Amino acid sequence: MSVVDGLTLFIQQVINGLRVGSVYALIALGYTMVYGIIRLINFAHGDFIMVGAYSLFFTVPLMISAGMPAWLSVIIAVAVCATTGVLVEKLAYKPVRAKGTKMSALITAIAMSLFLENLAQTLFGANPKQVGTIFSLPMLLGFSGNTLLTILIGVVVMVGLSLYVKYTKGGQAMRAVSEDKNASMLMGINVNRIITRTFAIGSGLAAIASLMYIVQYNQVTNMMGTMLGLKAFVAAVLGGIGNIPGAMVGGLVIGIVESLSKAYISPLTGGIITSAFSDAILFGILIIVLLVKPTGIMGEKTGEKV
Amino acid sequence: MAESILRASNLGISFGGLRALHAFNIDIREGELVGLIGPNGAGKTTVFNLFTGVYKSTEGAFYLHDKLMSGKKTHEIVAAGIARTFQNIRLFKKMTVMENVLIAFTKDIRYGLPGSLLRTAGFWREETAIREKAMDLLSVFNLQDKAGWGAGNLPYGQQRKLEIARALATNAKMLLLDEPAAGMNPTETAELLACINTIRRKFNITILLIEHDMSLVMNICERIVVIDYGEIIAQGLPEEISHDPKVIAAYLGE
Repeated sequence: MSVVDGLTLFIQQVINGLRVGSVYALIALGYTMVYGIIRLINFAHGDFIMVGAYSLFFTVPLMISAGMPAWLSVIIAVAVCATTGVLVEKLAYKPVRAKGTKMSALITAIAMSLFLENLAQTLFGANPKQVGTIFSLPMLLGFSGNTLLTILIGVVVMVGLSLYVKYTKGGQAMRAVSEDKNASMLMGINVNRIITRTFAIGSGLAAIASLMYIVQYNQVTNMMGTMLGLKAFVAAVLGGIGNIPGAMVGGLVIGIVESLSKAYISPLTGGIITSAFSDAILFGILIIVLLVKPTGIMGEKTGEKV
Repeated sequence: MAESILRASNLGISFGGLRALHAFNIDIREGELVGLIGPNGAGKTTVFNLFTGVYKSTEGAFYLHDKLMSGKKTHEIVAAGIARTFQNIRLFKKMTVMENVLIAFTKDIRYGLPGSLLRTAGFWREETAIREKAMDLLSVFNLQDKAGWGAGNLPYGQQRKLEIARALATNAKMLLLDEPAAGMNPTETAELLACINTIRRKFNITILLIEHDMSLVMNICERIVVIDYGEIIAQGLPEEISHDPKVIAAYLGE
C-alpha cells in the first residue's frame, strides 16, 4: 500500500469515526444533561434511541406516501422521544426520587430500560426491521455525502445546544439547577419544570441520534439502544459526566478510537488482536478513566457538600 | 402600627417523633427588623426552612400579607415575596457575579425562547432593563466592578453580600437572613451592618435575621424572638431580652 493510499484510508477512518462519534456525542449529551440536573444515570436513555428509530420506521413510509420529504419524520421522532423521556421521568423517576435513595432511582432506570426493550419486542417482534431510505446524498470529495451530512447535523445540534445553555434564560436556569437545586428554588425557579425540560431536550437529542444511525444502518431492533447507550455512557464519563462540552468531546473521541481500532488493530498486532476487540478497547477506556481521572477530561473535582 | 407582613400561627413541624418546632407564633410588621436567636439546634433554621417551603409544616400555618403560604411550593413562595440567604453560602459558584443576580429575574421574564433566539426588540428591551436593575443592585453592595468575576472567586465577605443582593433581586418584600455575619471579621461585620441599613432604607424591606453575633443582634434588631428546643421562650425589645432570666439561662448559659 502506498503512502497516499494509507493516508486516504486513515482520513477515511477518521471521518467515519467522526460520524459514529457524533452519534455517540448526541446520546452522551442526554446522559450528561440528565445527570447534571438530577444526579441520575438514566440507563433507559439508550433505549430512547430505539423509540426514535421505531418512530422513524413507522413515519418514513407515511411521509413518502404523502409526497413529503422523508427527513421530516425526524420532527415526529423528536416529539415522540421527548414525550417518552418526560413520561419516564414523571411516572417512574420522580416518585422514586421523592421517596427513595439515589440507588433506588438507578435501579428504576435499569428497570425502565428493560421495560422499554421488552415492550418493543412485544409490540413489534424481535426481528430487525428495515427503515426506508431517509436521504441518500452523492459522494463528495471522495467521502460519502450521508456521512458528511451526519457529521454536519451533529455539529449544528451541539453548537445550538451550547448556545442555548450558555446564552438563554432557560439554559441559565438549567445550569443553576444543576449546581444547586435548593438555591435555585429560592431564586423563584420552578425546578420541576426545568427537570422536565431537560428530559425533553435530552430525549429529543436521542431521536436525532437515531436518525443519524438509521441513515447509516437502515435497521431497527428492540435491542439496538443497549450497545449504543453503553458506548455513549462511556463517552459521557470520559468527557466528565454532567459536563456538556465534555460529552461532545468524549463522544467524538470514542467514535474515532472505535473506528481506528477497528481498522488498524489487526494489522498492527499481526492479527493477534482482531477488530472484534474494538469494544473491549472502548470499555477498557472506561476502566482507565475511572482509575486515573474519575472526573473525566472536562469534569471538575467537586467535594460532596456536607 | 404598620401592617402585618409575615405572620405564623401555631406553626410547627415534627420529623418522625422529633418535634423540631412547636407552637411558633410571630407577627412581623412591615419595615421591621426582627432578630431570631437561640442556642444551636434550637430550630432557627427550621423556621426559615418552613417560611420558604423547603420543609412542609405539620402543624399551624403562616401568612404573607394575610395570604396563606404554608403548603405552597418554594418557587411560589419566592414569587409571592419571601427570599432568604443561607447559613453556609450557596452561590452559583460556577457562574459570574452578574449571572447570579440575573438568575433571580428568570421568573419575571416575559420573552420566550423565540424572542431570545431571534434577539427581538422585546428581548433587548427586557434584557437591558434587567441588566440595569442587576447592576444597580450590585452597586448597592459595592460589587459593580466585579460583575464579570466568577462568584466563587470573590472574597468571603463579598460572597455574603452577593447572596443578599441575589435574594433582593427576586423582588422580595420579606428577607430572611440566616447568620449573615457568620465567619466575618469585625470590619466585614461593620460593613454588613451598614449594608443592612442601606437596603432597609432603599428597598423598604422587612428583615428577619438569625444571628449568633450578639453585638450585631442587639445593635440593629428592633425586636428579638428567642427560641429553645423548638419553642419560643421570650420575645421583646433587645434590652428586655438581654435581661430576661429564661434567655440568660437557656442561651447565654450563665
